[in-house]
Amino acid sequence: MRGRDLAALLFLAGLGALLASVMAELGFGNPPLRAGGPILEQSPSQVGAANIVTSVVLAYRGMDTLVELTILFTAATAAGMVLGQGTRAGRSQSPAGFILSTAADALFPFLLVLGAYIILHGHLTPGGGFQGGTILAVAFFLPLLAQPNAGIDERITTWVEGSAGAAFLLIALAGLAGDGFMAPFPGGELGELLSAGSLPVLYLALGLKVGAELAGLMGRLLTEDEA
Amino acid sequence: MTSHSDLLGIMFYGAAVALLLIGLYTMLTRRHLIRVLLGLTLVEAGVNLALVAAGFRPEAAAPILGPGAAPAMVDPVPQALILTAIVIGVGILAFALSLVVRIHRTYGSVDLQVIGERLASDPDGTGSEIRRRAP
Amino acid sequence: MIWLLGLSLVVMLAAAFAVLLLRDLLAAIAAASVVSLALSVLFVILRAPDVALAEAAVGTGLSGVLLAYTVHRLGAAGRYDP
Repeated sequence: MRGRDLAALLFLAGLGALLASVMAELGFGNPPLRAGGPILEQSPSQVGAANIVTSVVLAYRGMDTLVELTILFTAATAAGMVLGQGTRAGRSQSPAGFILSTAADALFPFLLVLGAYIILHGHLTPGGGFQGGTILAVAFFLPLLAQPNAGIDERITTWVEGSAGAAFLLIALAGLAGDGFMAPFPGGELGELLSAGSLPVLYLALGLKVGAELAGLMGRLLTEDEA
Repeated sequence: MTSHSDLLGIMFYGAAVALLLIGLYTMLTRRHLIRVLLGLTLVEAGVNLALVAAGFRPEAAAPILGPGAAPAMVDPVPQALILTAIVIGVGILAFALSLVVRIHRTYGSVDLQVIGERLASDPDGTGSEIRRRAP
Repeated sequence: MIWLLGLSLVVMLAAAFAVLLLRDLLAAIAAASVVSLALSVLFVILRAPDVALAEAAVGTGLSGVLLAYTVHRLGAAGRYDP
């Protein structure tokens, strides 16, 4: 093993030197802003979202988000296929203690509200579909940790995931009627809740999809049987 | 001002490269499957930090518009890309963990060396010989 | 601000070394969550609040839960690394 450790160290030293020279060439604190500059200037008038990162994620780089949805879906499906049919593996699951049960019951409504708030205000303040969707998934997973025998209803999660993903695609396709695929609709004033056209609706669909997907995945990991 | 910016650059990029190298070393030299996955998360963290640091401008604000005139802002494009990358990282982690669970179910171990030995004695790759022989 | 930056960097790198060197897998997973936490603080310093939120929610919360639960499922084989 010593030989392999030494070889790994040598390789990493070389890689570190290479990366350091790349970083020195890149420079710090002075990005060229070739794409970012025009986006920063034109985003308020073109898209109308106060959160410029949201406008980049959903409007200017919308195709990346679409592909990323596909990647998440593929990963969740593949994980489900690898794990096999889940059984209600109640035999090895002991119900959690008093602290976890009480905390899960108390935190559930707060997590729901926080997740919904972050999703709906994604175009105004930092946040959006991914962050809020993760919080929603955790909100539904906490009671499962406290009470493992309950299980997550697979039908509901797959239904929500499927319809939210389809809604996202439909809104993106509807942009074809306007400027092109995934073009945002105009509408609303900058800084209001109902602004930036289709962006809040897109993020709502995204958040629901991500939340349902992650909740279903975690529920499946919980209930898979041991052969 | 330039030296201040250089020092910041060395700190951020140095930390990112250090994370990447520590994660790679973990993946190369450790035998426990879960530890290899932890190394992978470290590598992804290092790369994300390096890319977000590349878009930073000192004395600039976060790319959120507020009331009033817009100040100078940092580059929003790397932030959007890293947002996607973080979520993809957790998707990969979830799939890799399901593979680990399946491997443990088939070969009875999560030590890479033990799995390698048992694989060598497994003719069709499905672990049927292992299960037949082991109690 | 510079002290916060230095502190986060030190905590992050120390936790990364802990992931490499700790023998108890659950402790290593906790150290990885600390890395994610320090990383999200660094993202805030780098004026990237969206990314910081995503890293805190996903890296600290979701990754930690997934990993810890899998280690629990693996039983005795998964807990310690010789």
